[in-house]
Amino acid sequence: MTTRTNAIEAAGLRKSYGGLQVLAGVDLTVPEGTVYALLGPNGAGKTTTVRILTTLLDADAGAARVAGYGIRRDAARVRASIGVTGQFSAVDELLTGRENPRLMAGLAHLDRRRARAVVGHLLERFGLADAAGRRAGANSGGMRRRLDLAMTLVAAPRLIFLDEPTTGLAPRSRRDLWGNVRELVADGVTVFLTTQYLEEADQLADRIGVLDGGRLVAESTAAELKRLVPGATSS
Amino acid sequence: MGAGLPGAPAGDRGDYLTFITPGILVMTVASVSIGTAVLVATDMTNGIIDRFRTMAIARSSVLTGHVLGAMIQTAHALAVALGAAFLLGLHTAASVTQWLGLAGLLALLSFAMTWFTVALGLAGPDPETASDLPMIFVLLPFVGSGFVPVESMPSGLRGFAEHQPFTPVMDACRGLLAGSPSGADTLGALGWCAVIGVGGHLWSRRLYRTRAAK
Ligand SMILES: Nc1ncnc2c1ncn2[C@@H]1O[C@H](COP(=O)(O)OP(=O)(O)OP(=O)(O)O)[C@@H](O)[C@H]1O
Ligand SMILES: [Mg+2]
Repeated sequence: MTTRTNAIEAAGLRKSYGGLQVLAGVDLTVPEGTVYALLGPNGAGKTTTVRILTTLLDADAGAARVAGYGIRRDAARVRASIGVTGQFSAVDELLTGRENPRLMAGLAHLDRRRARAVVGHLLERFGLADAAGRRAGANSGGMRRRLDLAMTLVAAPRLIFLDEPTTGLAPRSRRDLWGNVRELVADGVTVFLTTQYLEEADQLADRIGVLDGGRLVAESTAAELKRLVPGATSS
Repeated sequence: MGAGLPGAPAGDRGDYLTFITPGILVMTVASVSIGTAVLVATDMTNGIIDRFRTMAIARSSVLTGHVLGAMIQTAHALAVALGAAFLLGLHTAASVTQWLGLAGLLALLSFAMTWFTVALGLAGPDPETASDLPMIFVLLPFVGSGFVPVESMPSGLRGFAEHQPFTPVMDACRGLLAGSPSGADTLGALGWCAVIGVGGHLWSRRLYRTRAAK
């Protein structure tokens, strides 16, 4: 038994779509309070992994515990413990920057006063105070992404999933978002993120898993990985 | 007005209005439900549904929200349609209880139809397609007892018209408006609403659980 508790433990996750095998047995362990980056190119199965771990999709085989609960048996408890920012924007474009997180607060059953305080604080922290009265659809990509993240944090989850949080963002917005993730980590939140960029994984993660051909072909710290990658390509 | 139509009930225009009003009411319910299919399909193309699905909320509460929204919208649209019919000269012999019965029946129809169109919205590949199938519901009153008596139809069409779900619903509404409700029509209407509503609800829940946003 480990002394540290794990936020995520997955073993032998498999998933196929029709004849296409996307995951061919993925094992991962993410200790509480750490940042794990799943690195892989387009179509590697990053989103599929996130969807399985967040109860959106059933794996064909394998098992996982997320926040201490079985993803199949205790899906409702898993959902109550996590926050998810999907790959694609999950804001209601017709609602304003403030109404979007307020909707989340309502769904999380925060009382009015607490909802107002939490939402105000998040808008401030994510540099969204000026956009609070505007329809979310009118915001820039970077702002929408930050609003996405703010909505994920309304219920103060201790484990969050970020699927390609900065893909398509300008360098400046990307660095802002990295800053937001680091603040979360400083608060002790566990982060599972996916990315196509080694640089992003290197900047944020304690451990990096490289997904290729449906398996984790390498798993290590950023420093080790940088040492491994040139070696692997020369063979 | 309608008196000149072959097979239409003879009488003044108030009589004809009384005859077609149930058809108009059912079409009103159906047209709101098309909008619901589009809204649901649009939701599904947006990541926000996935967000809801990863939250600790009842999985179908988003869908229930759509159904309630559609029912409120339907109530408004029905009030407008009835108001217009009265302005044009609709007369009714319905008692207060029969009015309540009519309101209840239309609410039930709206509930059943929107659960069904929610399922269609979830099943369709995109919002455009999602609106095609429920279009049929708006046309169904024409091939039922909505605008001309079923007895006046050619035999093939008549067979369909007599057995399609909207016919007993419209006949029940007509009976209530006339102040002489028919037990058989009302039972038929309630039965169809129950089948459509329960079927639509179960189908929606199943699709919502399994379908991933694209
Ligand atoms: N619902 C589905 N039906 C069929 N194939 C699918 C489905 N979802 C994903 N796939 C396929 O599975 C593979 C992995 O998809 P996934 O979305 O997990 O990759 P990803 O690593 O997230 O890629 P990206 O970087 O493009 O987001 C891809 O080839 C994709 O086309
Ligand atoms: Mg992806």
